[in-house]
Amino acid sequence: MKIMVCPLNGPRPVLEFAYGGEVRPSPDPDTCSDAEWSAYVWNRTGSAGLKYEWWYHIASGFWFVALRDTARDRVLRTYPAQSVRHGLPPAAEAP
Amino acid sequence: MFTRHDRLKPSYDVVIIGAGGHGLASAYYLARDHGIRDIAVLEKGYIGGGNTGRNTTIIRSNYLTPEGVKFYDESVRLWQDLGQDFDLNLFYSTRGHYTLAHTDAALRTMRWRAEVNKHFGVRSEAVDAAFVKRGIPSIDMTCGGHAPILGALFHEPGAIARHDAVAWGYGRGADRRGVEIHQQTEVTGIRLQGGRVVGVETTRGPIATPRVLCAVAGHTPRILDMVDLHTPIYIHPLQAMVSEPIKPWLDPIIVSGSLHVYVSQTARGELVMGASLDPYELHQSRSTLDFVEGLSSHMLDMFPFLSEVKVNRQWAGLADMTPDFAPIMGVTPVEGFFLDAGWGTWGFKATPVSGKTMSHTVATGRNHPLIDGFGLDRFAHYRLTGEKGAASVGH
Repeated sequence: MKIMVCPLNGPRPVLEFAYGGEVRPSPDPDTCSDAEWSAYVWNRTGSAGLKYEWWYHIASGFWFVALRDTARDRVLRTYPAQSVRHGLPPAAEAP
Repeated sequence: MFTRHDRLKPSYDVVIIGAGGHGLASAYYLARDHGIRDIAVLEKGYIGGGNTGRNTTIIRSNYLTPEGVKFYDESVRLWQDLGQDFDLNLFYSTRGHYTLAHTDAALRTMRWRAEVNKHFGVRSEAVDAAFVKRGIPSIDMTCGGHAPILGALFHEPGAIARHDAVAWGYGRGADRRGVEIHQQTEVTGIRLQGGRVVGVETTRGPIATPRVLCAVAGHTPRILDMVDLHTPIYIHPLQAMVSEPIKPWLDPIIVSGSLHVYVSQTARGELVMGASLDPYELHQSRSTLDFVEGLSSHMLDMFPFLSEVKVNRQWAGLADMTPDFAPIMGVTPVEGFFLDAGWGTWGFKATPVSGKTMSHTVATGRNHPLIDGFGLDRFAHYRLTGEKGAASVGH
């Protein structure tokens, strides 16, 4: 069983978590163009690599951010959701 | 069976990336129907070693949208005389295909799908529980007491075929017409000049070409990065497994969306089984115990007598998913770069018609009318195709 470290609950089996997709900063809807907005709505970083992702601990209802290597399925670090507001370091340079 | 070519030529009329079913079918129809034979098909592994050899071999056209039904129905028609075309036994076997409904909501969707299908001349019927029991006498109609079967969508032309043979048939047919298939040749870059394709870099040297067709399923995003194209495609693994061979008892193909199972029995007696997509993005074809446990328990809900049957093998493929469960096909904003992607969990059955329509598109530079609803530009215009009749997709 794969284990993921939840910032709130510590190490838990990965089955207890739900995946919420990549963390993607949204463009300002008041100033961006239609093309920028539809690119934000639909397009994804499809190729493998280090990505910040939303994850949810189902039992405790807790959202957080994980830095994961999507080529090897290794979770490098997890962060409480508040840290997103203060800006995350570029994935390649994260500690 | 295939000619070995010692080296790549300095240039080709068309380069196709990926020697799976779709890439080879496109090469075959380009050579046979469009007279374009100066083609290189580049494959980083071996022929049919990707999703062509990893799917559960089901062929059907009981989709939900008019675009989907017309497209897949043309594919089923092509499948039926492909063996003659190739002079190769594809073990194409028409079995009938049940999509079970365990809820009123599912039954309503089945009626909807049946009506759309019939409108386009596809043989599909919403049937009741008694019909299901007659067709599959060994099924537990209560599914362990917690998911009683209320009815089904019955699709008579549903079939299975030997998937490797499809790649070999198209590959051999293309090879005999002068197409070069280069295995163990990975594309490492695509050269552009003024927004159009001029060549391809490979692990065996550069090639000049004005046209590139990308048919690489789960590796699509990596190729798209080379031409700086952004798409909604995301990659999740799709797992499958096969049982030991047992005596023939299951003729039709059975699918249950609620139980996340699809199963058929091969000519050799093995049960080929699949479930739903893995729950998160991953670019790796590893297998998990969770998958076998979940799928086996749902199989036993329907067929409790299988409890002593062993699972022989499990494997995974990388599914290139799209938000509307329809493919992304045709011309792109990069001139000379053609895309046959977004095939997610529904690509095998579409192999012949994808080859037909993509070869037309590459030869003429304009999308074939059958793939009008599948263009990359549909997303920017919020005109999605909404194909929820795809495999491994809940309703």
